Parts: sequence; structure tokens; C-alpha cells
Amino acid sequence: MPLAVEFDGVDFAYGQGPAVLTGVDLRVAEGEFVAIAGPNGGGKTTLLRLALGLERPTRGAVLLFGETARTFGARTEIGYLAQRTKIGVHAPATVREVVEAGRAALRPIGRLRRDDHAAVDEALERVGMHELAGRRLSTLSGGQQQRAFIAKALAAHPSLLVLDEPTTGVDVAAQDALGALLHRLHEELGVTILYVSHEFGAVERFVERLVLVRERIVFDGPPAQLPGLWHDPSHTHA
Amino acid sequence: MLDLEFMRLAFAAGAIVGVLAPAVGFFLVQREMSLIGDGIGHVAFAGVAAGYLLGISPVWTALAAALIGAGGIEWLRARRRAAGDQALAIVFYTGIAGGVVLISAAGALNANLFSYLFGSILTVTGSDLVVIAVLGIGALVVLAVLMRALIAVSLDEDGARVAGLPVPVLNGVISMLAALTIGVSMRIVGILLIAALMVLPVIAAQRIAWSLRSTIGVSICFGLLSVLVGLTVSYYANLPPGGTIVLAGTAVFLATSTVEALRR
Repeated sequence: MPLAVEFDGVDFAYGQGPAVLTGVDLRVAEGEFVAIAGPNGGGKTTLLRLALGLERPTRGAVLLFGETARTFGARTEIGYLAQRTKIGVHAPATVREVVEAGRAALRPIGRLRRDDHAAVDEALERVGMHELAGRRLSTLSGGQQQRAFIAKALAAHPSLLVLDEPTTGVDVAAQDALGALLHRLHEELGVTILYVSHEFGAVERFVERLVLVRERIVFDGPPAQLPGLWHDPSHTHA
Repeated sequence: MLDLEFMRLAFAAGAIVGVLAPAVGFFLVQREMSLIGDGIGHVAFAGVAAGYLLGISPVWTALAAALIGAGGIEWLRARRRAAGDQALAIVFYTGIAGGVVLISAAGALNANLFSYLFGSILTVTGSDLVVIAVLGIGALVVLAVLMRALIAVSLDEDGARVAGLPVPVLNGVISMLAALTIGVSMRIVGILLIAALMVLPVIAAQRIAWSLRSTIGVSICFGLLSVLVGLTVSYYANLPPGGTIVLAGTAVFLATSTVEALRR
């Protein structure tokens, strides 16, 4: 199976600061659903930024679909959901306007065409937000806002979906619903998913692979092989 | 009032400013950079002072200084040499200090300087109006063409960068348009008050609008209303137009806040 993301002996530090990541080797095949977890400050967001080509490794190489991540050209292949603190959840935008912004890189100028509108409608339908398309984002719950931003990430039909702390500020029931939604999207679209979070309870029963990061990769395997004490007790999945 | 040519010129220039300032300001507010206009305005003050010192039209030196100031803020921000508010503070204080020093050196602390700082309805000439119209309409065309990309950056800057949009260029465009707006508006509203006209109509519109597009449309209506009311009051009460225009904007904000409170 071709690789979507590849880390080869990667070290990283911000400027002259201490090492944030050391000796990271990671291969994510196309079509995998992988959760990347670890404590705050453990380096998982840095790992994500390296994977997206937003940072340059101090040592080693990071590849996206076989190309150097920093210079990867087909950027619309990546659907990205940034942390809630970094996105305009309080902007006076409707859900549809948010999702339309997901087509901006494909159609930065001029009017949206019929295929753009079809892609927006499809993305809204997939996350179950079509009925709320005309509502202002700021009037919705945290879980619904995250669904709107996932629809935005899907609007350009990406091959790789990357989510950074998607459950922050979302109640446990909505977190579980989000996990189920991602599982369905993975099944239906065959999209590669990188789910990066300090906790992984919402997706534990859905992911094939869990990667724990604490400056280096300390665990990489099926969640079932994880020692009992490491599981997230907030999601019981009865 | 409209029998007088200077008032017709002031209203025509004011109408362009009333549309342009909130249209540009919308993107500043969404990026939480509402005070950038103030920072650029203070650099423009140094530009006015430099114009007096060098014997060049202060309008052009102020416009040049505003563009340089906007570029400086964006450069500091983009390279993370300073946080957004710190970058603004550096440019803001350097601008006002430079302006005071240059204006003293030029011996130009006079009433004419006040017309640049707080606006004047007497100062717009026919050639000013042509410059304001060309630059203002040009800026609005740039905004209209880049609207979707600019909205994408405003909503989610990291997402836009990952998707491959040229985020530094788009941020630079907004800063440059803010500088241009200040240069275009200084004759009517004044460089120390124009930032308010970029922000107040947008904050007021956000309280009652139902989408991004309606926020932009309602902001422009409020900006236009503020300028027209402010200029009228300025004429009849013999007050500087910058102050009356901004106070009209504050009144609109209070009215929309009341509407919002009554709706709850």
C-alpha cells in the first residue's frame, strides 16, 4: 500500500530550544485511520505540523504522498481541521459559508460553479449538517461547529484528513458522535485519517492503530494491545 | 448645504470612504486586528509631518508612510518577531513619536495640521476627489476579486495555509488596503479617527447580521450612514467631520446593541 505520511529518523526543536521530537520513524499507509495521542507538550502537534509541511525537521525527512512535505504541491489533497482556538467559531458566518471556504484554494477568485456547490452540499450531507446550513456558526453547539469544520475540510475531496484536538470544548456525548462520524467517513470515502489529540477515547474502538508520542514514539500498535491503565476512562463504550 | 461645491465634494469623497472603510475593516475585525488602523494612522501622522518638512504634499507622504507602516506590522507578525499586538505597539509609538519630532522640526504645529488629524469638510478639492475615487474603487475591486480567499484566511489561517492559499500575500493585501484606506480618507475623517470608521460599523453589523455576506453589506450601509450623518452635523454645527462621523458610528453601534438586547 502506498504511503500517505512518512517520517524517517526525524528530530525537531524550535530554534535553539530543547528537542521536541527525537528519532521519530512513522509510516501511515493510504487509507489508514490512525490516532496520535500523548500528553500536552509531548510533541504530537509538532509532529502534525511537520506532517503538514508547516515546519522543517532539524534532522531526517518527512514525506507526504512520497514528496517532501514542505514542498508538497497538491495541497488540496489535505483536509485539515485546526484546533478550535485557532478557527473562527465566533465569526458571523453561516455553516454553508464556512464549508464554501473549503473550496477557496480550488476556486480562489470568481463565482463558485455548479460542481463547487455540489461538493459543498455533499460535504454538508456527509456530516449531517445540511438542515443547519443556513444557521450562524456561533449559535451552534461545540459538536455541531466541529462537524461544520469537518465538512469544510471535506469540501475539496481530500485524500488525507488531519484533525488537531477535535474534541476540545466538546462534551463527551458529542465526542463519541464525532468518533462515529469519522469512522463512517473512513469507511465510506476510504480517506486516510490522522486524529491528533491528548486523549483518544472517542475513537479508540474505531482506529486500527494508535501512536503515543512523548518526545519519541512510545507505543505504536492496535489500541487493544495498550496496557490497561493507559486507556481513557471517560469513554466506556458499553 | 448641497448648493455649496465644497460640500458636494465632501459628500462624494465621504461616500467612497464610507463604503471602503468598513469593507476593509471587516477583514481586520475577523482577524482580531481591529487596532491595526490606529497603528497605521499614527505612522501616517509621521508621513504628514515629513511632507511639511520636505515641502511635499502631506497626502502623498502620509500614504507612503501608511503603506510602509502596514508592511512593517505584517512583516513583524508574519515572521513572529513580535506578537500581533506588540508589532502594532512598536509601529504605533514609533509613528507618533516620529510625527511629533518631524512636525516640530518643520514648525508646522498649526490649524492646518489639525485638518489632517481630525478631517475637514473644506479641504477636498476636485483633484482630491479623482484620486480618492480611483484608489477607493480600485481597492474595492481588489476586495471583491479576492473575497473568498480572504474569508478563508480570516476563518482559519492555518487551514488556508495547509490548503495552499498564499496566506502571507493575502494578509499583506489586507494590511496594504488598510493603509490605502487611511490615505484616501484622511481629508474627510482624519488620520487619527479613520480607524474607528473601519471598525465601528463592522462591530455594529455583527450584532444584527445573519451571515458573513450580510455582515459586509450591513457594515457598508452603516459606514455610509455614519459619514452622511456626520458630515451633515459637521456642516450645521461647525465641528470637525472626523469627530462627528465617528460619533455617528458610535450611535449606530449603540442602536444595534439595543436591538440585539431586545431580541434576547
